[in-house]
Amino acid sequence: MKRLVLQAALAAGVATALVQPAAAQGVLRIGMTASDIPLTTGQTDNGGEGQRFLGYTVYDSLINWDLSSDTKPSDLTPGLATSWGVDPNDPSKKRWLFKLREGVKFHDGSEFTANAVVWNLDKLLKSDSPQFDQRQSAQGKSRIPSVASYEVVDRYTVAITTKSPDATLPYQLAWIMFSSPAQWEKLGKSWEAVAKNPSGTGPWKLTAFVPRERAELVPNKDYWDKARVPKLDKLVLMPLPEANARVAALRSGQVDWIEAPAPDAVPSLKSAGFQIVTNAYPHNWTWHLSRAEGSPWNDIRVRKAANLAIDREGMKELLAGLMIPAEGFMPPGHQWFGNPTFKLKYDPEAAKALLKEAGYGPDKPLTTKILISPSGSGQMQPLPMNEMLQQNLAEVGIKIDFEVVEWNQLINIWRAGANDPSSRGATGMNYSYFIQDPFTGFIRHLQCDLKPPAGTNWGLYCDKEMDELFTKVRNTFDPAEQTAVLQKVHEKYVDEALFLMVTHDVNARAMSPKVKGFVQAKNWFQDFSSITMSK
Amino acid sequence: MIAYTLKRILYVTPVALGVSLVCFLLVHLAPGDPLTAVMPIDATAEQQAEMRALYGFDKPLPVQYGIWLWKVLQGDLGTSIASGRPVALEVGRAVGNSLILAAVATLIGFTFGTLFGFVAGYFRNSMVDKLASAVSVLGVSVPHYWLGMVLVIIFSAHLGWLPPTGAGPDGSGSWQPDAEHLRYLILPALTMSAIPMGIIARTVRALVAEILSQDFVQALRAKGLGEWGVFKHVVRNAAPTALAVMGLQLGYLLGGSILIETVFAWPGTGFLLNAAIFQRDLPLLQGTILVLAMFFVVLNLVVDVLQTLLDPRIQRS
Repeated sequence: MKRLVLQAALAAGVATALVQPAAAQGVLRIGMTASDIPLTTGQTDNGGEGQRFLGYTVYDSLINWDLSSDTKPSDLTPGLATSWGVDPNDPSKKRWLFKLREGVKFHDGSEFTANAVVWNLDKLLKSDSPQFDQRQSAQGKSRIPSVASYEVVDRYTVAITTKSPDATLPYQLAWIMFSSPAQWEKLGKSWEAVAKNPSGTGPWKLTAFVPRERAELVPNKDYWDKARVPKLDKLVLMPLPEANARVAALRSGQVDWIEAPAPDAVPSLKSAGFQIVTNAYPHNWTWHLSRAEGSPWNDIRVRKAANLAIDREGMKELLAGLMIPAEGFMPPGHQWFGNPTFKLKYDPEAAKALLKEAGYGPDKPLTTKILISPSGSGQMQPLPMNEMLQQNLAEVGIKIDFEVVEWNQLINIWRAGANDPSSRGATGMNYSYFIQDPFTGFIRHLQCDLKPPAGTNWGLYCDKEMDELFTKVRNTFDPAEQTAVLQKVHEKYVDEALFLMVTHDVNARAMSPKVKGFVQAKNWFQDFSSITMSK
Repeated sequence: MIAYTLKRILYVTPVALGVSLVCFLLVHLAPGDPLTAVMPIDATAEQQAEMRALYGFDKPLPVQYGIWLWKVLQGDLGTSIASGRPVALEVGRAVGNSLILAAVATLIGFTFGTLFGFVAGYFRNSMVDKLASAVSVLGVSVPHYWLGMVLVIIFSAHLGWLPPTGAGPDGSGSWQPDAEHLRYLILPALTMSAIPMGIIARTVRALVAEILSQDFVQALRAKGLGEWGVFKHVVRNAAPTALAVMGLQLGYLLGGSILIETVFAWPGTGFLLNAAIFQRDLPLLQGTILVLAMFFVVLNLVVDVLQTLLDPRIQRS
């Protein structure tokens, strides 16, 4: 009898479950690629994805990224600071003044002031301050290497002094999120408690949080930027690291939006009526070339030949269209693109001619070794893509041997430099880059004094003219003039074929046709405020 | 019996120590820096050294092992590098979720496995035997992540009957055995039961066939015992081995479900291990493996003791 009742109950349960209505309107559920909910206390982990979902949602920076357009390049825009610039009374050009937005409130109701800015910078940089948080510091400290000191000038003005004149400071500060000092005090000065109940100034408030499973955010109706007050009722974030699991979750209606669908799933998703949203953004997929002694890439003709030998359109087909063929180091249309004269076209004959000029030919082929990884953040589909390059290059007479190492190991080798034994004599490395600001975009790859271990100039490149351009970037405080210098840098990157420039990712995401109003900015970060869910 | 049990418990101590050493060394042998995955890519060498010291990775390995073991004995499994949460908390939560999944999968596997096994063994070489054997061979041979994906494609993507990922509508935080949560359990549990079902079916089939050919069965029949009576004797004789196999399978399922839990985003130990491996989260990796290994050790102990209860011949030997 008992069993019968149980069976009946189970059957009834399953029946009700099957006819359950879809989620309430206005709720957007997103499947992320991260394997955990990114750190919620302010300075997020999990790289660009963490900042996208739990940085710019719950928090603001002094200077935000403008995420309002999908056509124009995404640049900096006032956030918690309304204006900034070098202190006119400081001839050394190291002291900056930031005018803060008045009347901004944290989610807990406390006011955002200059004290909160200093308190948050101490949280990251001053290890003996009571609010110092090792986990946030590990994420934030390296983002603001130029900052030497900071102080409150008045309730709504902060001064930040750099170690040397550095016009790239605003880009660095765009990483730094501001959490509420009052909330930390209220929750027993415990960051662990704040993680469950964070308080920022951003357009979203975190209301529920199950580690490794889900986070729920609701709109902050009092957000200072009325244009960015979210229209949805709720935003749910779920970590789904496995690509097929994400697609299955989308197709079954368990989520409405997934990050990074696998390219081979795209045609079937499209035919099932899902939207595939893509756009250019500052990412590139390159071979970082070694300029150590003896490297064949020291010869510009070889570098150019390799760049002319690869069939980028063919690769696009391989990736179901989910890439933008490189025309330079920056994506086409980027504000720093400039006018390089060397065109990255597919011209095997020109490549062969250049190689011949450099002394290579059928009887004396060029053989060299490249480090690649089987997977990794931003690496797209590294194995088939690299195999295609290998084939392309073989056709013009460059024979490539691959040394395949695991992604985390590749990062370590990248930090160690091309002449370190861990690089195993390779003369290049397949690496994809976050290139959103002048430092991550250009300077860190090629500045002379950033050779490892001081920095990540893996290829040991050093060029006086390039170094002078970098110094100029750091010393040009007018944004328009700085852009002109950055264009010159980019032209030199391309004209001297300093990298094997292959492709840019398109930040693909697949979503249900119910998702309306999303504008995919040309940025690693995105704004979820304009989105609505249709019935 | 008590003496036997105590002796078995005593044997467990060196095994547990060995397990802890292997756990510790294994994760340190793998290439890659535990801090690479959690720090921004441009973090300076100085900052990395700071973090390394903070987590004690700058000390020699034997010292690290000693410190770790001492803390483990006090119940402290350390702190996860990636999440900052105590490993014990993370593993505890995950083990709970995996236990639910493994228990249901074992139950399905054991029920169908023994059923198929007995039927196949009893009616050896008949069509029923061939069919049951085919099903069990399929269960053992099919890669379970593939089976999982096929089930997801059919029941989630096409039919839309069952959710493909997660442990419940609001995650596992408020898990309870109600219909809404059970829906989330069906696909991963079915996928997971395929292997134990196959293995148990094959073992039981061989066992039943072997028992049926023994003299005592013939004697029973000769004495005029009905087929049902013979069947009961066969079951009694096959039970200890079937139980031992089930115990081992439960152990495997608890720890060996990385692929299934990842495919279904089921927040158990497999999902946790997957994340820990990819993030090189050594404390989490060590803690999870240790807890799982100890589960195995304890499970073996329990099965051994249960077996002697069911079959006194073991104790005597």
